[in-house]
Amino acid sequence: MNTALRPAPAAGTSSLGIVMLCHTALHRAAQVARFWLAADCPVVIHVDRAVSDAQMDAFRQDLGDHPLLRFSPRFRCEWGTWPIVAATQAASEQMLQEFAQVEHVLLTSGACIPLRPAAELLDWLDTRRDVDFIESVSIEHAPWIKGGLSEERFTLYFPLSWKRHKWAFDMLVDLQRRFGIGRDVPRPLQPHMGSQWWCLSRKTLQGILNHPKRARYDRYFKGTWIPDESYFQTMVRMVSDRIESRSLTLVKFDRNGRPNLFYDDHLQLLRRSDCFVARKLWPDAQGLYDFFLSDQPARETPIDPQPAKIDRYFELAAKQRSDGRAGLYMQSRFPLDDTATAKTAAPYSVFCGFQQLFRNFDFWLGQTANCRVHGHVFAPEKVEFHGGAKVYHGAISNSAALRDYNPRMFLANLIWATRGERQCFSYNSRDTMTSDLNWFMATDRNAQISVISGCFILPLFRGEYKVDDVLGHIGWLQRREQDFIAILQSKWAAADIRVWTLAEFLEDPQRYLSQTVGAAFPDVGPAALTGLPEILSLDGFDEYLAHLRNLGLPPVLLQDYKR
Amino acid sequence: MLTPIPLSQDRWFDFRMRWKRRRLRARAIAKARELTVLKRGTWARNDILLFCTIRNERERIDWFLHHYRKLGVGHFLFVDNDSTDGTRQVLLDQTDTSVWGSSASYKASRFGMDWINALMLRYGSGRWCVVADADELLIYPHWETRPLGALTDWLDSQGQQGLPAMMLDLYPKGPLDGVSCPAGADPLQVLNWFDAGNYVIAHKPLLDCLLIQGGPRARVFFRDTPNRAPTLTKLPLVKWSWHNAWVNSTHSLLPRAMNRFYDRTGGEAIAGALLHTKFLHSIVEKAPIEKARAQHFGNAAVFDNYYDAVAQAPDLWCEASTQFEGWQQLEQLGLLSRGGWA
Repeated sequence: MNTALRPAPAAGTSSLGIVMLCHTALHRAAQVARFWLAADCPVVIHVDRAVSDAQMDAFRQDLGDHPLLRFSPRFRCEWGTWPIVAATQAASEQMLQEFAQVEHVLLTSGACIPLRPAAELLDWLDTRRDVDFIESVSIEHAPWIKGGLSEERFTLYFPLSWKRHKWAFDMLVDLQRRFGIGRDVPRPLQPHMGSQWWCLSRKTLQGILNHPKRARYDRYFKGTWIPDESYFQTMVRMVSDRIESRSLTLVKFDRNGRPNLFYDDHLQLLRRSDCFVARKLWPDAQGLYDFFLSDQPARETPIDPQPAKIDRYFELAAKQRSDGRAGLYMQSRFPLDDTATAKTAAPYSVFCGFQQLFRNFDFWLGQTANCRVHGHVFAPEKVEFHGGAKVYHGAISNSAALRDYNPRMFLANLIWATRGERQCFSYNSRDTMTSDLNWFMATDRNAQISVISGCFILPLFRGEYKVDDVLGHIGWLQRREQDFIAILQSKWAAADIRVWTLAEFLEDPQRYLSQTVGAAFPDVGPAALTGLPEILSLDGFDEYLAHLRNLGLPPVLLQDYKR
Repeated sequence: MLTPIPLSQDRWFDFRMRWKRRRLRARAIAKARELTVLKRGTWARNDILLFCTIRNERERIDWFLHHYRKLGVGHFLFVDNDSTDGTRQVLLDQTDTSVWGSSASYKASRFGMDWINALMLRYGSGRWCVVADADELLIYPHWETRPLGALTDWLDSQGQQGLPAMMLDLYPKGPLDGVSCPAGADPLQVLNWFDAGNYVIAHKPLLDCLLIQGGPRARVFFRDTPNRAPTLTKLPLVKWSWHNAWVNSTHSLLPRAMNRFYDRTGGEAIAGALLHTKFLHSIVEKAPIEKARAQHFGNAAVFDNYYDAVAQAPDLWCEASTQFEGWQQLEQLGLLSRGGWA
């Protein structure tokens, strides 16, 4: 465009022109347009052709006549298609032609809202006359792309709309990949991408719209995918000499690539933004519209911009949606058995046989590691919570029936409810020991399971039960412990597992015990671990075992035991 | 925890449940004859509707209406099952209610679900509908600042057609009849304790739904028969379609896919909570009556002990109880989740 054709500047027009692309919630768009008009900024509005005539008329009436207001030719803009660019081009041309004063053009949508007073933006832009604010990132370095297509957006053909023909769209992409069909990017274009919302200087925008090869480039971009995020971003690289590669519009995308909506409760968050415009608002976020379109932002003391805070807020929500909290089971999170994340919320320790071998092992461990140690949490009579509690954290009952109704959930609940405090409990083959639960613990990376095998006999031995009376019982217990150990030693086990036979353990109990406790409680120094709990007497145990063997029940888990 | 079932079995369950759904719909249409119109209101095209079967809830109804109006429910559709305490008059006096009356058996209408199915089939199709009992107050992430419309808009944008919300039993500290709550007052002032983490969840492949049990009722009344503990799974907010049908109260819905609002890959989907204000003081007087009516359970005789225990006005509170503070607290405890709705 020739500068000579510029119409004479109208008095009282400011140097920032606003191009608004609207398709829904027109009453909100009208409010925002009035905000800009009140600051003497010319506004050119594009309304999607899908909007009915009745709505359009109401919108026009709502806005009324204003010397700085124009409506641009209407296109039917479908997501990710060329008409969005065409609409932007037409509206920008109109802006430059009809408002000579305009030095910068800001592209916004009808669901955007200004975050700061217009005067502040005008002053800020005044000191940056020739700078173009447009996020323009080379496609090799664009990390945020969703949907698998990055470079191929520019080198494949996209005759179909992704929104309407998803399957056919994917099919066509696959076929083109397989047969190596594609097209070249016209030289010297270097594909760049970035946020659709920009603020360009008059010189740059004219350079793009009046580019001698524009017709050729337009033809090319019509065939690319999502040109609204690449057309201006690519073209600007050829005509501008001062690009600041960032958008003045705050947009936060969710994991599906849709912009997160802002609601009234985001007010304080939005005030911390370093951007001038935010997209996109829930149309009924009355509080946000009331606040930002009034003179309140100008009157209140400004808050230090902390965009990192906004990023963090939305990143956390996205992470919660995609990864969730480990070890949590609820109505909206119920992961498959083999999901990679941990099965429980925090590390815990399971001791098998220690309570039978040592006198008051739980008390000793509690003293040494300064924690609360449960008894046999899976005991058949009741849950032996620390201190004999009837109800534990999270109101978990000590009823054995409730526990056995779903032992895995019971354990997961206990670990979840006591996050931040390591849980330790005893477990042996006398307890409610289902293979389901055993597998759950053995494949849980949070579990630390230490077994001294064969100790299940010790209480029977010490209780002076005659072997003949309890032979069947011993056989049953032994089978259960064997099954448990087989699971622990299977290749699928992921827990931190230590298994000793009684004889092995008694070779150097001090070392093995401090190893185990040291792994569970790294803070506990070696000095604290020197005081070994008293090992209960094993006098006469080998005769007991020999008797057992002679009665036809080989104590396989205690084969190497000799004194 | 979830063990997937083979695809062939999944298809077979789909087939079986398709026929069950058709049967339930036909049954609902037949049972609609038990309803008589007492008051028919009007509502706008985008209004969120609330469906509720009610009987003698005089002390709860005012707050119930207040709570859901504040959330942005546009119109209430009640089935009044022979109230005798003035509830019906209160419902008829409101401007935003429609009321149907029925004196037929609550149990024979599958605990009101046939009536609700019939009304939703007629009026709910294509809309977002809340289905709640008079003692259930729905909350969801950001509920104090964002109305239901914001939530349904967002769910629409995510292509999700319902909001799961676990039922959270609230109870007072001290005997159940210790403090009374005047009609119209916030029941949460009296009932402000709950169990934070004793819920067990199982997956039911036939309906592809989750079965949540636990809470204070399991802890106190069903500690020896946990399989009889009440189901706490709920789907109080659904984008209704004419081919949907409630199966088992509002615990589960058909088609099967409408129960699959849980994430199987480890992420957290959005979930709300249904605050259950069952344990107001009046439950103690009502327990013997309900025991005699035997309308609330399929095999009612089994629950006689439960009613007897409630009639003794027990104290559900224990040292590990948690005091209710708000949805942020529930989210911290893992009872609800914003699931990406930042």
